[in-house]
Order: sequence, then structure tokens, then C-alpha cells
Amino acid sequence: MAIEVRIPTILRSYTGGAKVVEGTGDTLADLLTDLDSRHGGLRGRLITDAGTLHRFVNVYVNDEDVRFLGALDAKLSDGDSVTILPAVAGGAFGFAAAAAISSHSAAAAAISSHSAAAVVAGDAVAAR
Amino acid sequence: MHVLSIDRSIIDAIVAHARRDHPDEACGVVAGPVGSDTPTRHIPMDNAARSMTFYEFDSMEHLRVWREMDDRDEEPVVIYHSHTATEAYPSRTDVAFAGEPGAHYLLVSTREPDSEEIRSFRIVDGVVTEEPVRVVEAGVDPHAVQSYMFGQSPATVDYECSGR
Repeated sequence: MAIEVRIPTILRSYTGGAKVVEGTGDTLADLLTDLDSRHGGLRGRLITDAGTLHRFVNVYVNDEDVRFLGALDAKLSDGDSVTILPAVAGGAFGFAAAAAISSHSAAAAAISSHSAAAVVAGDAVAAR
Repeated sequence: MHVLSIDRSIIDAIVAHARRDHPDEACGVVAGPVGSDTPTRHIPMDNAARSMTFYEFDSMEHLRVWREMDDRDEEPVVIYHSHTATEAYPSRTDVAFAGEPGAHYLLVSTREPDSEEIRSFRIVDGVVTEEPVRVVEAGVDPHAVQSYMFGQSPATVDYECSGR
């Protein structure tokens, strides 16, 4: 048995378009490392350079938000289902101002990873 | 060019939601059958940020609603939010966080007390493309639509020829 991972549309460029992939790991961190070995780049979209989960990516184990389960240390078991959803967020606030607020500091990271995704998605389109 | 076609009743419900939450930003989804590009089910969402300048879906409500759409073979056709003091155009924040490349991003500005600006955009790979909003007057005549072009007030009523 393995752990089922549901991939959101915007990250399916890393999984060859697959909506669901499988992986293994005792913790979320292990699972993401395992997934990255087959879907290179995926881990980098979810984890900051500082080694924490991006503020604006939601990851769930079964029905729980991993922020309440120890984040990357969340324990996993065979048969668990992990769901990844990009946060739906935004608003009128200027970006520089938003990034200045501590709770939104991951916004800056999100924008840089977004640019990286744009390059990857562009390549995927070109390859078709 | 893409067009967002949406029922008058849904637009009215979105505007009512935006007015209700004003001056905080309101946000939500209109689901529709996968691949149909037709928004049919309005789902107002909580703004977990409860802010006049920022919105964010509550993470648990987000999961529940996305699962429900999956179970019903639906997808988020429209993702909407309000700007309460500025125009209905995606901010840099909106563009940075836009994570559903298949969705119509609908913005409603409630800065004017008596009128709303309603505009729709595709946001893909950081590129914003505006599209017209065609409001379908289903209750009156399914072929009668009122077109909003680029945030102007209702401009025309088109009676489309069915051609049949």
C-alpha cells in the first residue's frame, strides 16, 4: 500500500498531467522527498528555502490541515490520502504592502515560485 | 476571445454577498460541470482574513467545497472576490496567488454605494486577460443577454438568433 496524493491543476505540469499520484513516507517531509524523486520540482513548489511549508499552499492528510498535525512532521500511514490545494487568496492590498505583513511574508516566496512555475508551464506548452 | 456567460440570478447573489460583507472583501466560487465552462452553483465562502484589503478561503471550508465539487463532477468555473475601495481589476496580489488557471476570476467593486463594477479575467502564469461578462437573463428569455464590457454599465441587450 502507498499514500495517495491529490495534485491540483496548477502543479500537474510536474506529474505529467496526473491528478492523483502515489508515494511513500513516514512523514509529510519524507513523502515530498519521495515524490520529488519521480516528479522533480514538485517539492520546491511546496517548501520554502527555509525548509517550511509555503504559507499559501494548503496540504491535508485525510480530513485534517497538516498545520494542525505538525506540518512537515505530520505522521503518515499506508492508505492515507494527502490533498494539496493552492490557497485561494488575494485582495486589493498592494503586493509590497502585503509582503511586509509578517503573516503574509510567504507571499514573496509565492511570487518567485510562481515565476518558476510559469517557466515550467511554458515549456510544457511548447512541448505539446 | 473568452467570454464569461453567467446567469443574472448568480450575478445578483454575488453582488448581494459583496454588499453584505462590505467594507470587508467577500469571496466565493461558482461551480459548474467539468468542461462545461458554465457556472451553475453559487458557493459563498468565508473570508478567513476578514479584511478590507485581503481575502483568503478558510482552509477547511476550501477542502470541503473542493471535495464536494469533485464528488459532483464539478470544477470551480468562477472564483470571485470584491474590492471595496478600488477598481475591479486584479491586484498584483491577486495575480501572484491565482492558482486555478482554468477559472474565470470575477471581481466586483463595491466602492460606489449605488452601482457595482463587475469584470472578469483569466489569470494564467501571471498573465491577466480581461474578458467580457455576458449576463444571461434566464428568467425572462433564455436567449436574451445583457453584456457588460470591461466594467462599463450594462451596454446592450442582445437577442441572439438561435439560427434554428
